[in-house]
Amino acid sequence: MLTYNQMVVYQLSDSAVDRIFQALADATRRDIVERILRREQSVSDLARHYDMSFAAVQKHVAVLERATLVTKERRGREQIVHGNSETLRRAAELLDAYEQIWHERASRIGEILSETEKGSDT
Amino acid sequence: MTLLDSHKDVDNLTLTFTTEFDADVERVWQLWEDPRQLERWWGPPDYPATFETLEFSAGGEARYYMTTPEGAKPRGWWRITAVDAPRRLEFQDGFADDKGDPIDVTDVAVCVVTLEASDRGTRMTVVNTFRSAEQLDEMIKMGMEEGMAQALGQIDGILAESPVSR
Repeated sequence: MLTYNQMVVYQLSDSAVDRIFQALADATRRDIVERILRREQSVSDLARHYDMSFAAVQKHVAVLERATLVTKERRGREQIVHGNSETLRRAAELLDAYEQIWHERASRIGEILSETEKGSDT
Repeated sequence: MTLLDSHKDVDNLTLTFTTEFDADVERVWQLWEDPRQLERWWGPPDYPATFETLEFSAGGEARYYMTTPEGAKPRGWWRITAVDAPRRLEFQDGFADDKGDPIDVTDVAVCVVTLEASDRGTRMTVVNTFRSAEQLDEMIKMGMEEGMAQALGQIDGILAESPVSR
Protein backbone atom coordinates (compact mmCIF):
# COMPACT_ATOMS: atom_id res chain seq x y z
CA MET A 1 0.00 0.00 0.00
CA LEU A 2 1.01 3.61 -0.47
CA THR A 3 0.37 4.86 3.03
CA TYR A 4 4.00 5.81 3.35
CA ASN A 5 3.37 8.63 0.92
CA GLN A 6 0.61 10.06 3.04
CA MET A 7 3.02 10.39 5.91
CA VAL A 8 5.38 12.27 3.62
CA VAL A 9 2.55 14.61 2.67
CA TYR A 10 1.91 15.26 6.32
CA GLN A 11 5.41 16.62 6.72
CA LEU A 12 4.93 19.27 4.01
CA SER A 13 3.53 22.61 5.10
CA ASP A 14 0.64 24.08 3.13
CA SER A 15 2.72 26.98 1.95
CA ALA A 16 5.58 24.74 0.77
CA VAL A 17 3.16 22.63 -1.25
CA ASP A 18 1.57 25.73 -2.66
CA ARG A 19 4.88 27.16 -3.79
CA ILE A 20 5.80 23.91 -5.57
CA PHE A 21 2.58 23.75 -7.56
CA GLN A 22 2.42 27.46 -8.30
CA ALA A 23 5.96 27.25 -9.61
CA LEU A 24 5.08 24.30 -11.86
CA ALA A 25 1.86 25.87 -13.09
CA ASP A 26 3.79 28.01 -15.60
CA ALA A 27 4.92 26.50 -18.94
CA THR A 28 8.20 28.46 -19.06
CA ARG A 29 9.11 27.39 -15.56
CA ARG A 30 8.31 23.75 -16.35
CA ASP A 31 10.57 24.05 -19.37
CA ILE A 32 13.35 25.54 -17.23
CA VAL A 33 13.02 22.66 -14.76
CA GLU A 34 13.22 20.11 -17.57
CA ARG A 35 16.39 21.71 -18.96
CA ILE A 36 17.99 22.01 -15.55
CA LEU A 37 17.26 18.40 -14.66
CA ARG A 38 18.99 17.32 -17.86
CA ARG A 39 22.01 19.54 -17.25
CA GLU A 40 22.88 22.28 -14.78
CA GLN A 41 23.42 25.61 -16.51
CA SER A 42 23.86 29.30 -15.91
CA VAL A 43 20.98 31.79 -15.90
CA SER A 44 22.45 33.44 -19.02
CA ASP A 45 22.59 30.06 -20.84
CA LEU A 46 18.97 29.51 -19.92
CA ALA A 47 17.95 32.98 -21.04
CA ARG A 48 19.12 32.20 -24.59
CA HIS A 49 16.36 29.63 -24.98
CA TYR A 50 13.54 32.07 -24.32
CA ASP A 51 12.13 35.04 -26.10
CA MET A 52 12.23 37.20 -22.99
CA SER A 53 14.63 39.38 -21.10
CA PHE A 54 17.40 38.04 -18.88
CA ALA A 55 15.62 39.70 -15.96
CA ALA A 56 12.38 37.86 -16.76
CA VAL A 57 14.18 34.50 -16.86
CA GLN A 58 15.91 35.37 -13.63
CA LYS A 59 12.50 36.03 -12.08
CA HIS A 60 11.26 32.61 -13.17
CA VAL A 61 14.37 31.01 -11.69
CA ALA A 62 13.72 32.89 -8.45
CA VAL A 63 10.18 31.48 -8.27
CA LEU A 64 11.57 27.96 -8.80
CA GLU A 65 14.20 28.63 -6.17
CA ARG A 66 11.61 29.71 -3.58
CA ALA A 67 9.71 26.50 -4.33
CA THR A 68 12.98 24.61 -3.70
CA LEU A 69 12.74 23.06 -7.15
CA VAL A 70 16.13 24.48 -8.12
CA THR A 71 19.11 25.91 -6.30
CA LYS A 72 21.40 28.67 -7.51
CA GLU A 73 25.13 28.84 -6.95
CA ARG A 74 27.48 31.65 -7.83
CA ARG A 75 30.47 30.46 -9.83
CA GLY A 76 32.73 33.36 -10.78
CA ARG A 77 30.55 35.77 -12.68
CA GLU A 78 27.93 33.20 -13.47
CA GLN A 79 24.94 31.96 -11.52
CA ILE A 80 24.63 28.21 -12.03
CA VAL A 81 21.19 26.66 -11.60
CA HIS A 82 20.89 23.07 -10.34
CA GLY A 83 17.77 20.93 -10.29
CA ASN A 84 16.25 19.51 -7.14
CA SER A 85 14.58 16.27 -8.13
CA GLU A 86 13.71 15.63 -4.48
CA THR A 87 11.14 18.43 -4.51
CA LEU A 88 9.67 17.24 -7.81
CA ARG A 89 9.30 13.85 -6.22
CA ARG A 90 7.31 15.44 -3.40
CA ALA A 91 4.89 16.92 -5.92
CA ALA A 92 4.37 13.43 -7.32
CA GLU A 93 3.84 12.16 -3.80
CA LEU A 94 0.90 14.51 -3.31
CA LEU A 95 -0.81 12.90 -6.28
CA ASP A 96 0.14 9.51 -4.81
CA ALA A 97 -1.78 10.39 -1.69
CA TYR A 98 -4.87 11.28 -3.70
CA GLU A 99 -4.43 8.06 -5.68
CA GLN A 100 -4.50 6.16 -2.40
CA ILE A 101 -7.90 7.69 -1.60
CA TRP A 102 -9.23 6.35 -4.90
CA HIS A 103 -7.70 2.94 -4.25
CA GLU A 104 -9.68 2.73 -1.06
CA ARG A 105 -12.88 4.01 -2.67
CA ALA A 106 -12.55 1.43 -5.42
CA SER A 107 -12.07 -1.40 -2.95
CA ARG A 108 -15.16 -0.27 -1.02
CA ILE A 109 -17.13 -0.24 -4.30
CA GLY A 110 -15.85 -3.77 -4.92
CA GLU A 111 -17.10 -4.85 -1.49
CA ILE A 112 -20.57 -3.36 -2.02
CA LEU A 113 -20.80 -5.03 -5.42
CA SER A 114 -19.82 -8.42 -4.02
CA GLU A 115 -22.55 -8.09 -1.37
CA THR A 116 -25.22 -7.60 -4.02
CA GLU A 117 -23.77 -10.43 -6.11
CA LYS A 118 -24.18 -12.89 -3.22
CA GLY A 119 -27.93 -12.95 -3.54
CA SER A 120 -27.79 -14.01 -7.17
CA ASP A 121 -24.63 -16.11 -6.91
CA THR A 122 -24.53 -19.12 -9.19
CA MET B 1 -12.00 -4.93 -7.83
CA THR B 2 -8.92 -4.89 -10.03
CA LEU B 3 -6.74 -1.87 -10.54
CA LEU B 4 -5.99 -1.59 -14.24
CA ASP B 5 -4.07 1.64 -14.44
CA SER B 6 -3.20 4.74 -12.51
CA HIS B 7 -1.49 7.69 -14.13
CA LYS B 8 -0.24 10.84 -12.45
CA ASP B 9 0.51 13.95 -14.44
CA VAL B 10 2.39 16.21 -12.05
CA ASP B 11 2.60 19.18 -14.43
CA ASN B 12 -1.14 19.30 -14.97
CA LEU B 13 -2.17 18.13 -11.50
CA THR B 14 -4.17 15.27 -12.95
CA LEU B 15 -4.78 11.78 -11.64
CA THR B 16 -6.32 9.17 -13.94
CA PHE B 17 -7.47 6.06 -12.16
CA THR B 18 -8.88 2.98 -13.93
CA THR B 19 -10.41 -0.03 -12.19
CA GLU B 20 -12.54 -2.97 -13.21
CA PHE B 21 -15.50 -4.42 -11.32
CA ASP B 22 -17.39 -7.72 -11.57
CA ALA B 23 -20.76 -6.10 -12.16
CA ASP B 24 -22.56 -4.61 -15.10
CA VAL B 25 -22.39 -0.94 -16.01
CA GLU B 26 -25.91 -0.19 -14.74
CA ARG B 27 -25.09 -1.59 -11.30
CA VAL B 28 -21.88 0.45 -10.98
CA TRP B 29 -23.76 3.57 -12.17
CA GLN B 30 -26.23 3.12 -9.30
CA LEU B 31 -23.34 3.45 -6.85
CA TRP B 32 -22.85 7.01 -8.12
CA GLU B 33 -26.47 7.95 -8.71
CA ASP B 34 -28.03 6.81 -5.43
CA PRO B 35 -26.81 9.03 -2.56
CA ARG B 36 -27.38 6.26 0.02
CA GLN B 37 -25.09 3.95 -1.97
CA LEU B 38 -22.62 6.71 -2.81
CA GLU B 39 -22.08 7.56 0.85
CA ARG B 40 -21.24 3.93 1.59
CA TRP B 41 -18.01 4.24 -0.38
CA TRP B 42 -17.12 7.94 -0.89
CA GLY B 43 -15.66 8.19 2.60
CA PRO B 44 -14.10 5.45 4.73
CA PRO B 45 -16.12 3.76 7.53
CA ASP B 46 -14.56 5.87 10.29
CA TYR B 47 -14.81 9.06 8.24
CA PRO B 48 -18.07 8.76 6.36
CA ALA B 49 -19.64 11.07 3.80
CA THR B 50 -23.28 12.16 4.07
CA PHE B 51 -24.95 13.52 0.93
CA GLU B 52 -27.77 15.88 1.91
CA THR B 53 -28.64 16.58 -1.71
CA LEU B 54 -27.63 14.94 -4.96
CA GLU B 55 -29.36 16.28 -8.07
CA PHE B 56 -28.15 13.81 -10.61
CA SER B 57 -28.56 15.76 -13.84
CA ALA B 58 -26.59 18.38 -15.76
CA GLY B 59 -26.71 21.64 -13.82
CA GLY B 60 -27.61 19.81 -10.61
CA GLU B 61 -25.85 20.22 -7.30
CA ALA B 62 -24.78 17.96 -4.52
CA ARG B 63 -24.10 18.99 -0.95
CA TYR B 64 -22.26 16.73 1.39
CA TYR B 65 -20.22 16.61 4.55
CA MET B 66 -17.71 14.25 6.04
CA THR B 67 -17.85 13.30 9.73
CA THR B 68 -14.46 13.01 11.37
CA PRO B 69 -13.91 10.62 14.29
CA GLU B 70 -13.83 13.77 16.47
CA GLY B 71 -17.24 14.83 15.18
CA ALA B 72 -16.14 17.70 12.93
CA LYS B 73 -18.07 18.10 9.68
CA PRO B 74 -16.00 19.47 6.82
CA ARG B 75 -18.37 20.26 3.96
CA GLY B 76 -18.15 20.02 0.19
CA TRP B 77 -20.34 20.54 -2.83
CA TRP B 78 -20.54 19.28 -6.39
CA ARG B 79 -21.85 20.92 -9.51
CA ILE B 80 -22.86 18.25 -12.00
CA THR B 81 -21.83 19.44 -15.46
CA ALA B 82 -22.72 16.42 -17.62
CA VAL B 83 -24.65 13.19 -17.16
CA ASP B 84 -24.95 10.50 -19.82
CA ALA B 85 -26.45 7.55 -17.93
CA PRO B 86 -25.02 4.99 -17.45
CA ARG B 87 -21.77 5.87 -19.16
CA ARG B 88 -20.43 9.26 -18.23
CA LEU B 89 -20.58 11.71 -15.34
CA GLU B 90 -18.74 15.01 -15.02
CA PHE B 91 -18.77 17.16 -11.95
CA GLN B 92 -16.92 19.92 -10.16
CA ASP B 93 -16.00 19.41 -6.53
CA GLY B 94 -15.39 22.30 -4.16
CA PHE B 95 -15.28 23.24 -0.50
CA ALA B 96 -18.31 24.58 1.30
CA ASP B 97 -18.87 26.70 4.41
CA ASP B 98 -20.75 25.61 7.56
CA LYS B 99 -24.10 26.17 5.85
CA GLY B 100 -23.08 24.03 2.89
CA ASP B 101 -22.70 26.96 0.50
CA PRO B 102 -19.69 27.06 -1.84
CA ILE B 103 -16.79 29.05 -0.39
CA ASP B 104 -15.47 29.90 -3.86
CA VAL B 105 -17.36 28.67 -6.93
CA THR B 106 -14.22 28.98 -9.07
CA ASP B 107 -12.06 26.92 -6.72
CA VAL B 108 -13.13 23.51 -7.96
CA ALA B 109 -11.51 20.21 -8.88
CA VAL B 110 -12.94 18.54 -11.98
CA CYS B 111 -13.87 14.87 -11.95
CA VAL B 112 -14.84 12.91 -15.06
CA VAL B 113 -16.15 9.37 -14.57
CA THR B 114 -16.51 6.97 -17.50
CA LEU B 115 -18.05 3.51 -17.28
CA GLU B 116 -17.54 0.98 -20.08
CA ALA B 117 -18.62 -2.63 -20.41
CA SER B 118 -15.60 -4.96 -20.28
CA ASP B 119 -15.03 -8.74 -20.37
CA ARG B 120 -15.25 -8.94 -16.59
CA GLY B 121 -18.02 -6.44 -16.14
CA THR B 122 -17.31 -2.73 -15.97
CA ARG B 123 -14.23 -0.65 -16.49
CA MET B 124 -14.40 2.62 -14.54
CA THR B 125 -12.06 5.50 -15.36
CA VAL B 126 -11.94 8.51 -13.05
CA VAL B 127 -9.97 11.57 -14.16
CA ASN B 128 -9.36 14.15 -11.42
CA THR B 129 -7.90 17.53 -12.31
CA PHE B 130 -6.94 20.05 -9.66
CA ARG B 131 -6.66 23.81 -9.98
CA SER B 132 -3.99 24.47 -7.42
CA ALA B 133 -1.73 22.88 -4.89
CA GLU B 134 -3.68 24.32 -2.01
CA GLN B 135 -6.81 22.68 -3.35
CA LEU B 136 -5.18 19.28 -3.91
CA ASP B 137 -3.67 19.42 -0.46
CA GLU B 138 -7.08 20.24 1.09
CA MET B 139 -8.76 17.42 -0.82
CA ILE B 140 -6.12 14.99 0.41
CA LYS B 141 -6.70 16.17 3.94
CA MET B 142 -10.43 15.55 3.60
CA GLY B 143 -9.54 11.95 2.85
CA MET B 144 -6.49 11.79 5.06
CA GLU B 145 -8.10 10.32 8.16
CA GLU B 146 -8.46 7.01 6.42
CA GLY B 147 -4.85 6.98 5.26
CA MET B 148 -3.49 7.63 8.70
CA ALA B 149 -5.92 5.21 10.31
CA GLN B 150 -4.92 2.58 7.82
CA ALA B 151 -1.23 3.19 8.36
CA LEU B 152 -1.73 2.77 12.09
CA GLY B 153 -3.76 -0.38 11.47
CA GLN B 154 -0.92 -1.77 9.38
CA ILE B 155 1.63 -0.98 12.06
CA ASP B 156 -0.60 -2.74 14.61
CA GLY B 157 -0.81 -5.72 12.28
CA ILE B 158 2.95 -5.90 11.83
CA LEU B 159 3.49 -5.60 15.59
CA ALA B 160 0.99 -8.39 16.22
CA GLU B 161 2.84 -10.65 13.77
CA SER B 162 6.37 -10.06 14.96
CA PRO B 163 7.70 -12.25 17.77
CA VAL B 164 8.28 -9.53 20.33
CA SER B 165 8.43 -11.79 23.36
CA ARG B 166 11.46 -14.04 23.53
